[in-house]
Amino acid sequence: MNLKLRVWRQHGPDESGRMVTYAVEGISPDASFLEMLDVLNEKLILDGEDPIAFDHDCREGICGMCGMMINGVAHGPERATTTCQLHMRHFADGDTIDVEPWRAAAFPVVKDLVVDRGAFDRIIQAGGYITAPTGAAPDAHATPVPKPDADAAFEAATCIGCGACVAACPNGSAMLFTAAKVGHLGLLPQGQPERGARVLNMVAAQDDAGFGGCTNAGECTTVCPKGIPLTLIGRLNSDYRKALRKS
Amino acid sequence: MATTGILLVLFLYVHMAGNLKIFFGATPFDHYAHWLRTIGEPLLPQQWYLWIQRTVLTVAVIGHIAAATILARRARRARPVRYAHRPKVQGSYAARTMRWGGVIILLFVVYHILDLTTGTLNPVGSPGHPYANVVADFAPHRWYVTLFYALAVVAVGAHLRHGIFSAARTLGQRGARGEHVARVTALVLSIVLVAGFLSVPFAVITGLVN
Ligand code: HEM
Ligand code: SF4
Ligand code: FES
Repeated sequence: MNLKLRVWRQHGPDESGRMVTYAVEGISPDASFLEMLDVLNEKLILDGEDPIAFDHDCREGICGMCGMMINGVAHGPERATTTCQLHMRHFADGDTIDVEPWRAAAFPVVKDLVVDRGAFDRIIQAGGYITAPTGAAPDAHATPVPKPDADAAFEAATCIGCGACVAACPNGSAMLFTAAKVGHLGLLPQGQPERGARVLNMVAAQDDAGFGGCTNAGECTTVCPKGIPLTLIGRLNSDYRKALRKS
Repeated sequence: MATTGILLVLFLYVHMAGNLKIFFGATPFDHYAHWLRTIGEPLLPQQWYLWIQRTVLTVAVIGHIAAATILARRARRARPVRYAHRPKVQGSYAARTMRWGGVIILLFVVYHILDLTTGTLNPVGSPGHPYANVVADFAPHRWYVTLFYALAVVAVGAHLRHGIFSAARTLGQRGARGEHVARVTALVLSIVLVAGFLSVPFAVITGLVN
């Protein structure tokens, strides 16, 4: 396949960037989107140019490192698919593809397509854990968890923290991510003691980080590679209201 | 956003139902408008109830707009650099037109009050005779007024389609089946409201009400 790529190039956090056009040739339809960028980077290196910086790690859709805006859609045109799992066969020969980093004040660009998602870590630090004594692992059946709760918690827990929800949100809100974490722990017995404080603190950390407010627009769910459901946002709101009343 | 919005939706439903009285003829409709000014009597002096309602609605509208402004400004600050390539709408069209739709509805309400409450912009503008005012409003040669009314009412419908669902979610609706119910309810309530409101200008144009 031969393609025309327009990629956001930015040397550093404080530099101004621009879209730069590249021609990529001889791409296999079975290559992943990241492999296509690897091919382009090899050529750039041979030509003595600066390769395009992008984040990636597992390349199997489970770490949440990769992620870029492909033709204006977070993680590209395939539903429930990370950028690393997106294959070039979903594009046509001769296509022009625009590639941009996540755009959010809370996710500053480090270089090219790499953004700093440290704001997510600060939300997690504010309450995305359970305080438990360390020691030997408890017996698996020590705390019974009803199967439907376990399933719902697991569904929420599949969030890989990629940030696509923020990138797609017209408000630049991190609500789906925070709701996934709050829901995941709030659905399990182990998460109950800190349930109220957790939701209050995580929402406060999210607001402090400079994310926008949620208006239930639903674009997050559409692009989420893990299909985190919008209903979790209602669960967060409900937990938040109850916690506010008690505090 | 949700609380003030629900208050405004309740008003719209009562208003829409009240408008349908026009199908009973001029006297009942004018009498209904007169009755609105006597609610609460003799406990409340004449028109007091109406003014209380107007105050509550104004506070709700201001609260609604204030919350929307805060959200819009936060959204702008949250994404200082725009995308170069961005398809207009990926999720719901109604959700993406809430802000501009809201502005259009506000402009309509201002015009509407000058038209049918104060009578300033109405060709008849006779206080106490809303039937005559409404009939004059939607006369066939004033098609542009009717068109504006129709567009505004459809804008209200689109606004509520997302608004009612969003209010349910904000207030903690959180189940998958409940989400379906909330979406269908929002759609049905919006369609009924639009149909109810549009029936009046439609009836005037077709001569059903004259
Ligand atoms: C075809 C559609 C509509 C018709 C025929 C209509 C008719 C009227 C009439 C006759 C009045 C004056 C009532 C009186 O003075 O006793 C009125 C008042 C009003 N209407 Fe409508 N209306 C329509 C749609 C709407 C919509 C869509 C909204 C809001 C989005 C709205 C908001 C109001 C408000 C705020 C008032 C003022 C109430 C007050 O005086 O306190 N109307 N309308
Ligand atoms: S909710 Fe989905 S889109 Fe958002 S960070 Fe988690 S996995 Fe990514
Ligand atoms: S590189 Fe790990 S999810 Fe894509």
